[in-house]
Amino acid sequence: MDILQICIVIFVLLLLVKPVGTYVYHIFSNEPNRTDRIFGGVERFLYRIIGLKQRGSMNWKKYALSMIATNIVLVAVSYILLRTMGALPGNPSGIGNMEASLSFNTVISFMTNTNLQHYSGESGMSYFGQMIVITMMMFTSAASGLAIAIAFMRGITRRGEGLGNFFEDFIKAHVRLFLPLAFIVTLLLVGLKVPQTLEPMRAVQTLGGGMQQIPLGPVASLESIKHLGTNGGGFFGVNSAHPFENPSPLTNVIEILSMWTISASLPYTFGRFARNKKQGWMISSVMMTLFVAFLCLTYFSEKAGNPLINQLGINSSGGSMEGKEVRFGIAQSALFTTVTTAATTGSVNNMHDTLTPLGGLAPLAEMMLNVVFGGKGVGFVNMIMYAILGVFICGLMVGRTPEFLGRKIEAREMKLIAVAILMHPFIILAPTAISFMTHLGTDAFSNPSYHSLSQSIYEFTSSAANNGSGFEGLADNTVFWNVSTGLVMLLGRYISIIALLAVAGSLAVKQKVAETPGTFRTDNKLFAGILTGTVLLIGALTFLPVLVLGPVAEFLTLN
Amino acid sequence: MSGQRKSLLSGGIAKQALKDSLMKLNPAVMMKNPVMFVVEVGTFVVLLMVLFPSYFHTGERIGFNLTVFLILLFTVLFANFAEALAEGRGKAQADTLKKSKKEMTANKIVGGEVKVVSSAELRKGDVVIVSQGEMIPGDGEVVEGLASVDESAITGESAPVIKEAGGDFSSVTGGTRVVSDQINVMINSDPGESFLDRMISLVEGAARQKTPNEIALNTLLTTLTLIFLIVVVTLAPIAKHFGISLDIPVLISLLVCLIPTTIGGLLSAIGIAGMDRVTQFNVLAMSGKAVEASGDINTIILDKTGTITFGNRMASQFIPVGGADYTETSYWAAVSSVKDETPEGRSVLELVKKQSMEVHPGAAAAGEFIEFRAETRMSGIDLADGRHVRKGAVDAVKRWVLAQGGSIPADLDVESDKIASEGGTPLAIAVDNRIYGLIHLKDTVKPGMKERFDQLRQMGIKTIMCTGDNPLTAATIAREAGVDDFIAESKPEDKIAVIRREQAEGKLVAMTGDGTNDAPALAQADVGLAMNSGTAAAKEAANMVDLDSDPTKIIEVVAIGKQLLMTRGALTTFSIANDVAKYFAIIPAMFMAAIPEMNVLNVMNLGSPLSAILSALIFNAVIIPLLIPLAMKGVAYKPISSSRLLSRNLLIFGLGGVIAPFIGIKLIDLAVHLWI
Repeated sequence: MDILQICIVIFVLLLLVKPVGTYVYHIFSNEPNRTDRIFGGVERFLYRIIGLKQRGSMNWKKYALSMIATNIVLVAVSYILLRTMGALPGNPSGIGNMEASLSFNTVISFMTNTNLQHYSGESGMSYFGQMIVITMMMFTSAASGLAIAIAFMRGITRRGEGLGNFFEDFIKAHVRLFLPLAFIVTLLLVGLKVPQTLEPMRAVQTLGGGMQQIPLGPVASLESIKHLGTNGGGFFGVNSAHPFENPSPLTNVIEILSMWTISASLPYTFGRFARNKKQGWMISSVMMTLFVAFLCLTYFSEKAGNPLINQLGINSSGGSMEGKEVRFGIAQSALFTTVTTAATTGSVNNMHDTLTPLGGLAPLAEMMLNVVFGGKGVGFVNMIMYAILGVFICGLMVGRTPEFLGRKIEAREMKLIAVAILMHPFIILAPTAISFMTHLGTDAFSNPSYHSLSQSIYEFTSSAANNGSGFEGLADNTVFWNVSTGLVMLLGRYISIIALLAVAGSLAVKQKVAETPGTFRTDNKLFAGILTGTVLLIGALTFLPVLVLGPVAEFLTLN
Repeated sequence: MSGQRKSLLSGGIAKQALKDSLMKLNPAVMMKNPVMFVVEVGTFVVLLMVLFPSYFHTGERIGFNLTVFLILLFTVLFANFAEALAEGRGKAQADTLKKSKKEMTANKIVGGEVKVVSSAELRKGDVVIVSQGEMIPGDGEVVEGLASVDESAITGESAPVIKEAGGDFSSVTGGTRVVSDQINVMINSDPGESFLDRMISLVEGAARQKTPNEIALNTLLTTLTLIFLIVVVTLAPIAKHFGISLDIPVLISLLVCLIPTTIGGLLSAIGIAGMDRVTQFNVLAMSGKAVEASGDINTIILDKTGTITFGNRMASQFIPVGGADYTETSYWAAVSSVKDETPEGRSVLELVKKQSMEVHPGAAAAGEFIEFRAETRMSGIDLADGRHVRKGAVDAVKRWVLAQGGSIPADLDVESDKIASEGGTPLAIAVDNRIYGLIHLKDTVKPGMKERFDQLRQMGIKTIMCTGDNPLTAATIAREAGVDDFIAESKPEDKIAVIRREQAEGKLVAMTGDGTNDAPALAQADVGLAMNSGTAAAKEAANMVDLDSDPTKIIEVVAIGKQLLMTRGALTTFSIANDVAKYFAIIPAMFMAAIPEMNVLNVMNLGSPLSAILSALIFNAVIIPLLIPLAMKGVAYKPISSSRLLSRNLLIFGLGGVIAPFIGIKLIDLAVHLWI
């Protein structure tokens, strides 16, 4: 039954990949199509308001700069709003202003599509803040990420046309993709009993006779974009484990598919851009293979349960249910965990801290690789980076200098990729090591053993991969954690985006190399194998020592 | 020349390379190779711990530390040795070249008088007289006279070549010797810039610059090194938190095992050896970039004459006319050629033999040979019995027969036109007043060319044939040779146009040439191979010069370029794949003391933590010298399609790279464990 549930969800996803991928391609191909009639008017109106008269294609520098400048403005406005939230309207529960280092962490967290939350929504965020800051940033950060991925695709597949116009892409992503989808998903969720209200907390008398404050709010609207935009920041502290955010297995499946579909469809969109659908499917297949491997690891580890509890003679035939919701069970929890860390959403429907050691290794590893579907665009772009690396190393073995999609990979591209590929382990391992060297770090650990390494490295990996899920169990609302994770999120998002956009910019102006039978093919099974190998050898080996000392050591000592 | 070079290799090169590998320990030199530089720094740190154990509190581990130090030192030395060995082969060749560059005197013409000066004083534009037995004092053009020149100092070819003023055989190279006659040479290079000078600096490796692909690969290797540096440096404080203290030599061992030392140590040797393979092949590449580019070639432009075909016309068929039978026709064709020493004449006899027909030399033996003359355009034999046999141009033979009162067979013109339309040359055969038939002479494709072009096609390389022939003839030869495309009635400008057209489609083009009018096309091509017998302008424009002047070599040059790139990719893949096994050796070893359960990960069942680390480190060191022969010789290259090539190499170097170290480390551990 468990396996069947999982297979059905994966099957539905596979059905959605082609139509959604095609739709995304039509949004950004900038060729006239039917959807223009529906959305064209709104877009033209918006272009007029913002004074976007010239919508010419930009080079990579201008594109990156436009995206960063837009994000800076949004960060500044949001920071001011959070700091003055207490005095602003839309605050029926009387929530105060947010503290400085927490505000810093929060705006960066939401702007970078990470949604790491060191605050708790019920007690730390007004309805105004939820709607104007949090929900707004969930849209804009997702649109920024998607725009980058699209620009990257244009760069590596089209020649000499520039990467597109950022502002146009940004608006199109909202108008044609996120807003309509969010509207549909919100209605579905409301229909399935997720609250959507501006009323304040409700006080109710419990069966035990005591009084309880039941927090409410505009939950469904936030919930929809939270997943569609692979954001993950919950309305409530416990995120999608909360019965108002995720009341039933059906909403659980809707949320899983919401966060997964667009990321999983991007390779297909890429196949359309490359005018070679096989190329897109090749990337999809690698992502799916890695995903299924990690899903199995989590599912079977959780199913096996905790050996210590098993030894106590407690019947744990249902698997390790600690920290999981009974209404989801092992299957829906394992699937949600693997999808949320694959798509780097970061919403959680169970406590990741209480996953079994190897069950917790899978989500950690997915974020370390950051290529298994990945967040809005980022995972795709990273996967292409590994593809270029694979081409570079193995392409030589056919006796030609390496080329990808008909473009030579030379020293300039390798230097830029070097920046991106170095940054990821650096911003995960260096701050983790620092956290173990000072009391500012070690004081936050709630577990003395190898599990504390998992806690710390999970926090930084989640930040670096812009996932945002918390392992929890970490007392992380301190200046040290707020600032360090804030910086990691910033570097994790923008450095690699700039480096990889530069790669796209550099490839876009290259003379295309003719394809002959001697060309190294990148759209077949053999290359899918090479790509998987490259991801595992270069991506995974980097983190093997800490994984061995963390989850693996915990697993071994537990048995 | 290649024989001479091999003997040199077994001689002093290895000894010199040993010395050089010590010299290369100089950090300023090592800096150029970041991967090995990190190993050297690690070696130095461990050395300090061995020398000052009390300061570092490493007294009790001194034996282990000393061993680690020695293994690390050898790792660096092995890498240096590989590079020195590759360089040494070039140097040995340069030394032989230098011998021919001795100071010599020159007879310079100054205002009509001959003045003896030193060759070092010659400048561009000077004219010198070189007589029999003298060395040509510098590169130049023959401006007067004709002489045979021995160029063996440069080409290794002992047969002298003719050099004459004007035309495509006027350029001479300094250091070569005039063996007959006398020539006036106008010097066209200043001292230090001559062909010989350039050649010396090329083979010595002095002018060697990193190729673009090498630079990119180096970036990747440096990045991997930095990543693993981060991994190892951050591991120490984390492990310390769990009460696991990791000694610095252990961490350095882990680092050295993980960084790509195998390819890092062999990378420059692969590059030098690739250049050297080209040189051994008697082709001089002006830069490593050119060799690399030849691996990427998509299109090769070849001249028909001399490259694809022999260039002389050979008899391919006898065609009887006027009711004569085939045996008769071939009989008279053979008789007419028995005493004919021209290639055409010999080819007639060969064709007869091939058709296993009898030739009766007896009938012709007593006859008198009539030589070919421009006026008659016929040759033949006057037999002892008074019959006259002739073969020659169809119209000439027709006139000769008519003059003797003979008649012209009705089908003669039809058949001869047919031969001409197929691109062949018809020769008529007549005995007295009767025409027996025709010999079809045609340009013959060299044996094996078709197979080679098929191989090239499988490799994804297109061949284009250039010829001055008419389109019909060109098409015939093209079909026979199996080239993909041809340009008929081609002028030198056509070659450039074709190169530009192909390049606009994103293709890399290679071509060969020797004439001055080939120079622009040679310069435009991505790989231009000039013939050493060609003009100075051609050699100047090309980025490779073939000392044997064999234009078909371009095909082998492409293979060598591919082999160079494949070797680089194969060893990189191998090096990175090795990390899996090394992790499985070292990681459990590091943590086993604190977490005994880690022994589960000790899949190789290595004897002890220390022996596991040392075994991985020893494997990491010895794999470098073990792979030197492969780096020098290059990975075997077969002309097969790219996907088959890739599967094969991935299997050997990718999968092999994962498996080999598991076996190697286990075997080394069996020995090492006997001691610790």
